[in-house]
Amino acid sequence: MTSLMDHQARETVGYSFSESTAGVKQHGFYPYTDNGGSTLGITGSDFAILAGDTRSTSGYNINSRMVPKVFKIGGDDETGEGATIVLSVVGFAADGNALKERLDTVVKMYKYQHGKPMSVSACAQRLSTILYQKRFFPYYVHAILAGLDEEGKGALYSYDPVGSYEREQCRAAGAAASLIMPFLDNQVNFKNQYIPGSGEGHALAAKKPEPLPLETVKGLVRDAFTSAVERHIEVGDNLQMVIITKDGIEEVYHPLKKD
Amino acid sequence: MDKLVAQYSRPSHQNESYSEQEQQDLTESLPPLSLKFALPPVANPSAFLRAMTDDHSNPSCPIKLAHGTTTLAFRFQGGIIVCTDSRATAGNWIASQTVKKVIPVSRLSRGEDKPTNDPTPGLLGTMAGGAADCQYWLRYLSQQCTLHEIRHKRRITVAAASKILANLTYSYKGYGLSMGTMLAGVTPQEGPALYYIDSDGTRLPGNLFCVGSGQTFAYGVLDANYRYDLTEQEALALGRRAILAAMHRDAYSGGFINLYHVKEEGWVHHGFDDMNPIFWKTKLESGEFSNVTSEL
Repeated sequence: MTSLMDHQARETVGYSFSESTAGVKQHGFYPYTDNGGSTLGITGSDFAILAGDTRSTSGYNINSRMVPKVFKIGGDDETGEGATIVLSVVGFAADGNALKERLDTVVKMYKYQHGKPMSVSACAQRLSTILYQKRFFPYYVHAILAGLDEEGKGALYSYDPVGSYEREQCRAAGAAASLIMPFLDNQVNFKNQYIPGSGEGHALAAKKPEPLPLETVKGLVRDAFTSAVERHIEVGDNLQMVIITKDGIEEVYHPLKKD
Repeated sequence: MDKLVAQYSRPSHQNESYSEQEQQDLTESLPPLSLKFALPPVANPSAFLRAMTDDHSNPSCPIKLAHGTTTLAFRFQGGIIVCTDSRATAGNWIASQTVKKVIPVSRLSRGEDKPTNDPTPGLLGTMAGGAADCQYWLRYLSQQCTLHEIRHKRRITVAAASKILANLTYSYKGYGLSMGTMLAGVTPQEGPALYYIDSDGTRLPGNLFCVGSGQTFAYGVLDANYRYDLTEQEALALGRRAILAAMHRDAYSGGFINLYHVKEEGWVHHGFDDMNPIFWKTKLESGEFSNVTSEL
């Protein structure tokens, strides 16, 4: 009954063409594309690892199988030789590149003006302000910054798109973050792991997190990505792994599934 | 001889330091911590920003910003208690369970510069709403407070500090900032002082505030048990218990309980503790939360 009444009320002259709303229609301003992919960082007592897959997607299309997401910051030349800080960006690749270039320039300027390399903690704070400068037109990126702190310990900082940041032991970002992060909580921070036989019921003692050795962490990173590839369409092709130690930065690639 | 004396009576490195002009160039090449923000090339920047980032009005927005939640602070005879949860959410995703939502303000005595068990002088700020907004503007406030300290040779009052922040948020009204913050401190001029400042430009002095999505739950516990003449131990326990209630009933609050006490000599940190063991201890030892069963 109501639908009938509705129909009568909305009766108009039956033009065969659609009534135009000339001059009213506006173009949507949509400057972002999600290029998919995922990144992951874990720290140890004397190293940090940043990793990312190398697939670049746009919608359901795979545009490239080799677009690295992890960059060396403040190196001496194009190869990034001599860098001590590493940045990963995931989200919109163009914004990611722009952000990488800005931070790289800032870190280099700092080195030339002060005659010493920038510390990771200083770089982390600077990255936060760079992101916040675009608070009203944000970079569509989730950034992770890694290096070694003043004591030589692994340092990892994670960011939201407008620059809120926090130092952490591990962090996954990007498309498969929701698949990888729970795995990391359990395997790196030992969340929901208890010491067997330490008590009954609520007296059961939780397992304390401690820094993991490098080989274990490498294994975790590879496991995290091979598993993410199985269940996420935007992750795959190759795994780029950047390992930061006091001896410098090592970069390795491993193949992932190409489907 | 005079020439020789003159040469050696001057500091040997006098000519090696930077000239005033050079120093100015160096400091000005540093980023200004404020006020030059990129805007999108559209007629209505704040509508654009809302379309891209506001999770409430548009749940499928592409950029999910981290949000903080449930913070409280109250004045009592022994100073001010400041307590927060530690969860940050981006939409339904728990972005972090380890956020530090209590931020020391005033650069000359920031906590991380000298970790000690002694009280650290200075103000405390709390973080609710947009995580980046709070972090950035509280850091800006730190800078202003430090400059005040250097210029006037005394620490800034909480009233003045809160007004710097309130004037700032008021000048950005309508741009889409999101922050609800409390400033707590004890100064010789005003004693223990507590202010609430938010992104609308509101600035209120008061005895007791709860801010964030879990504020109602925290108010419930706090209002029922609050007295001005609480002992220090009672006040700390009440702060912890109010946040625990909010963590229990508010899905956007959780993680760790972060507890601070602001005294005359400065602030003292009283732990960053996992809520789960505290919850079960509270339930099993004092018989509260009896709606939750410990057996299936």
